[in-house]
Amino acid sequence: MSGKGHKAPVKAKAKAAAKPRAGTARVATPKPAAVMPSSAGLVRLLEDDGTVARGKDPGLAEETLLFLYEQMVQVREFDRRMLMLQRQGRIGFYGPILGQEAATVGSIAALEPRDWIFPALREGAAAMMRGLSLTEAINQLIGNGADRCKGRQMPCHYTFKQGNYYGMSSVIGTQISHAVGAAMAARIRGDDVVVLGYMGDGATSANDFHAGMNFAAVYRSPCVLFCQNNQWAISVPISKQSASETLAQKGKAYGIPYVRVDGNDVLAVYSVTRAAVERARQGDGPTFVEAVTYRRLGHSSSDDPTRYRDEAEVKAWEKKDPVDRFRAYLTRRGLWDDGKEAAFKEGIAQRVNDAIAAAEQNAPPADETLVTDVYEHVTPQLKEQLAEVLALEGRGVNEGAFPL
Amino acid sequence: MPWSKFQQDYAAPTGGRTISYCAAVREAIDQAMGHDPRVFAIGLDADDKFGVFGSMANLSHPERVLGTPIAENAMTGVALGAALSGLRPIHVHLRNDFLLVAMDQIVNYVAKWEDMFDRQVRVPLVIRSIIGRGWGCGAQHSQALHGLFAQVPGLKVVMPSTPYDVKGLFLASVADDSPVLFLEHRWLYKNTGDVPEAIYTLPFGKCQRLHAGEGLTVVAASLAAVHARLACEGNGLDVDLLDPRTIKPLDIDTIVASVRRTGRLLVVDYDFPFGGFAAEVCAQVAERAHGALRQAPVRICFPDRGMPASGILERAYYPTPERLAAAMQNLLDGAPVADDLLVGGGHGR
Ligand SMILES: Cc1ncc(C[n+]2csc(CCOP(=O)(O)OP(=O)(O)O)c2C)c(N)n1
Ligand SMILES: [Mg+2]
Repeated sequence: MSGKGHKAPVKAKAKAAAKPRAGTARVATPKPAAVMPSSAGLVRLLEDDGTVARGKDPGLAEETLLFLYEQMVQVREFDRRMLMLQRQGRIGFYGPILGQEAATVGSIAALEPRDWIFPALREGAAAMMRGLSLTEAINQLIGNGADRCKGRQMPCHYTFKQGNYYGMSSVIGTQISHAVGAAMAARIRGDDVVVLGYMGDGATSANDFHAGMNFAAVYRSPCVLFCQNNQWAISVPISKQSASETLAQKGKAYGIPYVRVDGNDVLAVYSVTRAAVERARQGDGPTFVEAVTYRRLGHSSSDDPTRYRDEAEVKAWEKKDPVDRFRAYLTRRGLWDDGKEAAFKEGIAQRVNDAIAAAEQNAPPADETLVTDVYEHVTPQLKEQLAEVLALEGRGVNEGAFPL
Repeated sequence: MPWSKFQQDYAAPTGGRTISYCAAVREAIDQAMGHDPRVFAIGLDADDKFGVFGSMANLSHPERVLGTPIAENAMTGVALGAALSGLRPIHVHLRNDFLLVAMDQIVNYVAKWEDMFDRQVRVPLVIRSIIGRGWGCGAQHSQALHGLFAQVPGLKVVMPSTPYDVKGLFLASVADDSPVLFLEHRWLYKNTGDVPEAIYTLPFGKCQRLHAGEGLTVVAASLAAVHARLACEGNGLDVDLLDPRTIKPLDIDTIVASVRRTGRLLVVDYDFPFGGFAAEVCAQVAERAHGALRQAPVRICFPDRGMPASGILERAYYPTPERLAAAMQNLLDGAPVADDLLVGGGHGR
């Protein structure tokens, strides 16, 4: 079974992509596109060499462009270092996003800070873009005493309420209904809030996808449902996940406007998401976005993708690297050069180093936290169980890597 | 029935071929498929290149292994539909936590179909799932939850601890005309033991005695049974260790007979405590032999909270053979009770 139409981004006419006006990433309120493109054609603005066809440049402010670049480079460096820590046994597990930086960063940047995010597996960077410090993120990965999740959630499941970033969903697809529900609640309360709910391609098979899409459409829930089609769900290729020609077109059946965007083109992702967010904000209901991208590494630190996929496929996608492509664009525009790049990269590497050093100073969680937070007050039974547990000698060792 | 001829005595073999728990599962699945063309495997990642952690690697009938999209509930419905129409599906789950997505199909349909519809149609479905944790898996990637499933009328819940048991009980599960939930703890996968090459089945509802003693009855299944055995053997404890192997049906008679001799009961259950398997064993023993108990029965379960992810907290959370040994020793050291108080004499210490 070979992939049908999911393989390479085909150059297609971008239909009325949003044209945001100048402003910073976080405060810009560009005019939304009059009509959302509703087609399976791929929206693409940035060519491989960093050029943009005449009339297609969304005209983002310099500050926004540099913010996008910084975040893309930062998440890439963060991933690289965290995978190293995992191999050294300093954290238990990690899920990198190499190759998906544009889809992740571009879509998150299209939101206003008051908008909410329900992440899937590849949007941890959103928490950091919303202000979760790198040190705090690493606290979570270690599960130490300073971790906001108190060592209770698997690595990468950050949560950051101040940033309107809800915890990553372990059970595939569940977050789709959460996002739709939160968006409904925003509408009921009259809050000017749009919800961005993420999912992978695999999640489009889940029950919650169908029910969530349907509900969102029927009640015009102010949300954007954003699918990172990275072609794989662990070892299941998209061709075995869905027989649809595109995932985007699933929107049609539910009556949701849909758009398919080149997920390695940060300008296109930003513009398309921005337009979808504005649609939702104006009360026009949900949009379904399929970002066509590629998971270049294993599913997680526990995976070995060489066992199930062709290296040539990975190589082909390396050529479409989202960071290189965007750097070429910035360079062409005179916003970037090799001199800046070197100092910039060094700065980011230093930032991550400092964060690791700071996080590793923190003490582990106290044993007493084993029984707190299950209920508001620790129950007598849990108190007893804690005493029993603490009285026993012979604590175990942490055996076994995280199995998929 | 093509499966009936395999019913054998269940005494574990000594000597002979030694293979791993994982290899024994694999052999059972391979032989089941070879023996009966109605047997097929279905599940998310059932056809992955890793062969479901090796348990389905290089099967002789790869054409009868079907990977599915991520939709556990609907796929359970698909498996049930196939079972109703005469096939013998093995629905595979790499992780019990996500099996929960299929609760509606399992609890409302799979378990009750035969009963609700007067057994006009049988449901020869095996749902196999790997349970337990790796390092740092936290609350949604580490659960067992066999107690939850054992509560449901109509389900059989099988949780073997040894390679010999896992093969025989798996083949018995496939041979069974009714639904079976088959739980394999991931930490048992590398354990080895003697396993006959031939096809054989083992009966449900029969305890296996893993260690003989007179001072304390310990009931433990799956990984807990292995840990309890290590505790007994490593410390020379006077413990009668019973592995029920199937928690439903439960061989309560053997357990009660043992408690009548020892006067003490400890149940080790690697699951949540409230209303769980350990509670059930204690309740049934109290109902049948409360007079034989010289001390209150004791349960060792997980604390009544989700699993932590932090390594430090995991070490506090999870029982170990050393911790079990300490608990058993405490019980064995318990205040002696006069023999004449015990039903059937007993062996006071
Ligand atoms: C309900 C459920 N079933 C199975 C799993 C195991 N699992 C974890 S990630 C994953 C694949 C997800 O693929 P996709 O949605 O494409 O996201 P990606 O990892 O590619 O970002 C699976 C099957 C799960 N987490 N939840
Ligand atoms: Mg995917």
